[in-house]
Amino acid sequence: MSQKIVGVKASVGIAIGKAFLLAAPDMQIKTVAIEDAASEIHRFEAALARAKADLQEIAQRVETEMGTEQADIFRAHLLVLEDPELVDTVKDKITQEMTNAESALHDVAQAFIGLFEQMDNDYMRERAADIRDVTKRVLAYLLGVNFFQPSSLTEEVIIVAEDLTPSDTAQLNRQYVKGFVTDIGGRTSHSAIMARSMEIPAVVGTQNITSAVQASTLMIVDGHEGVVIIDPSEEEVAHYTRKQAEDAEQKAELAKLVHNQTVTADQHHVELAANIGSPADVAGALANGAEGVGLFRTEFLYMGRDDFPTEEEQYVAYKQVLTSMGDKPVVIRTLDIGGDKHLSYLDMPEEMNPFLGYRAIRLCLDRQELFRTQLRALLRAGVHGNLKIMFPMIATLEEFRQAKAILEEEKHALQNSGVVVSDRFEVGIMIEIPAAAMMADVFAREVDFFSIGTNDLIQYTMAADRMNERVAYLYQPYHPAVLRLLRNVIQAGHKEGKWVGMCGEMAGDPVAVPILLGLGLDEFSMSASSILPARKQLSLLSREEMEKHIDTILQMSTSAQVEAFVKTTIMKDGI
Amino acid sequence: MVEKKIVVQLAHGLHARPAANFVKTATTFSSEIKIVKNEKTVNGKSIMGIMASAIAKGEEITLIADGVDENEAIAALEAVLTSQE
Repeated sequence: MSQKIVGVKASVGIAIGKAFLLAAPDMQIKTVAIEDAASEIHRFEAALARAKADLQEIAQRVETEMGTEQADIFRAHLLVLEDPELVDTVKDKITQEMTNAESALHDVAQAFIGLFEQMDNDYMRERAADIRDVTKRVLAYLLGVNFFQPSSLTEEVIIVAEDLTPSDTAQLNRQYVKGFVTDIGGRTSHSAIMARSMEIPAVVGTQNITSAVQASTLMIVDGHEGVVIIDPSEEEVAHYTRKQAEDAEQKAELAKLVHNQTVTADQHHVELAANIGSPADVAGALANGAEGVGLFRTEFLYMGRDDFPTEEEQYVAYKQVLTSMGDKPVVIRTLDIGGDKHLSYLDMPEEMNPFLGYRAIRLCLDRQELFRTQLRALLRAGVHGNLKIMFPMIATLEEFRQAKAILEEEKHALQNSGVVVSDRFEVGIMIEIPAAAMMADVFAREVDFFSIGTNDLIQYTMAADRMNERVAYLYQPYHPAVLRLLRNVIQAGHKEGKWVGMCGEMAGDPVAVPILLGLGLDEFSMSASSILPARKQLSLLSREEMEKHIDTILQMSTSAQVEAFVKTTIMKDGI
Repeated sequence: MVEKKIVVQLAHGLHARPAANFVKTATTFSSEIKIVKNEKTVNGKSIMGIMASAIAKGEEITLIADGVDENEAIAALEAVLTSQE
């Protein structure tokens, strides 16, 4: 009977293979009295030197195979072994207590591990694992026990371990290691990050995989779902083998599209952009073929800290994104705080209806010092790339005019004090309030672009809080009411020669994409992983064909009718 | 011995990479290097000591160097702590 174990999805993909149980080497530390401190210290130094040589070699190999960021993990490990607080304390302990090097090192390392484990921050707690990893390597040399040598593997396996240290993971030979499963760890632990960059399917945090599986048992790792199947049936193996082949085919197919422009079957170009939350997301956006950033949420700069970010900090972050994107467009949304997003250092009154309350541009126009700081940072960063500034939650024309006037004031103030600012940037608004969607023709005369934020637009149009499960059925992206608003916005924009984008989840939804194409949407912004599938889908769709369906769709009575129509009439050919 | 009060400007404080940079710079000098934060002193050449003291942006610390190259050490380390990136 097969057994299913659920863990945390660490790295996507499917692996089928025999379990290789990675037992920790026996590292029983005994405290032994010594007679010759000098020779014991010498023994310690020799073990330290061998461990350092190992790490240098690993860092070098990782540098060429995986890049600098991963290699830096091992360079940091080297610094731990060079840390005078560690090395000198161990030597002092050997001399003063006349105790063996193993026991001295173990005690000193344990004190540091304890220190980091107590810290109230995940990042720091994970550093305890780093210290454990490096000291183990030295201890293994002192004890003369064999450290796991993944290079010794000669057949395809799935590694099963309590935990994989960064050095274990880095040494995994991709030729033989098809996947790995661990008892502990989370999505952000080093082993998970490494697995993703090595593209090895992995499930972590299963709690009990090491006790549930025996060596050489056949197992399946499903990194898409975070599921492990031990001793699978023939049907299960056949099912996952098919999925594996589909994955490979799809990936190869999609990878071809990374550097392509997004062109429909009838040769119209639309832009596929990425939604990002921080400068760190840019790499993923580009790797997935983003033609721009359609929404950079700036809230991350304000979260998880004790005070507002300075103009300089913001400038650095915006510049980083703009520079990395080159001449590709980057839409940066000004601060959207309030609603369900609060800052510990900003006093906000308790509200009956926070989503209808004091948030985003409403708050920024009231607390102008916050807004002006952000605008100055944006204006200065604008010279480094193709910047587009977007104001969120605009309901009335006066709000847009006021926001734009403040932007102009800050621009002139900067220029007057001799600061170079870009004057080629566009200024647009996010359409997420039905009032703005209805008045799009009026806005279109004054803005440079629209980007439709469907998550909020749908919730405001249907008057349904999508976080509330009891009314979640009203969150209907395909409802003709929503689609008619979209048509109004897109037509109004085009009439004034302005481009219209969308940065809500709907933009990457395969059922919505054909409709949006037919409506004439110019830019689709979505999470990076949706870009290549959307590019593929769009290459199979003809915009002229989709335009012909629009009148039919907008005359439908319900969301269900629209969905059924798209699925049966448009998507029937595997689109 | 040279002492200098410094307000840390590093965007993410003295974590990870900046901490490594600090230690690498500190070890190029023969002087003893210390960081004092809230009356607690850590060895400026100890990566673990520095990371464990979790020095954040905007915090004021006292940097101490003691040795033949103490002046150069203070100047170089101040530059690390006050760099913006």
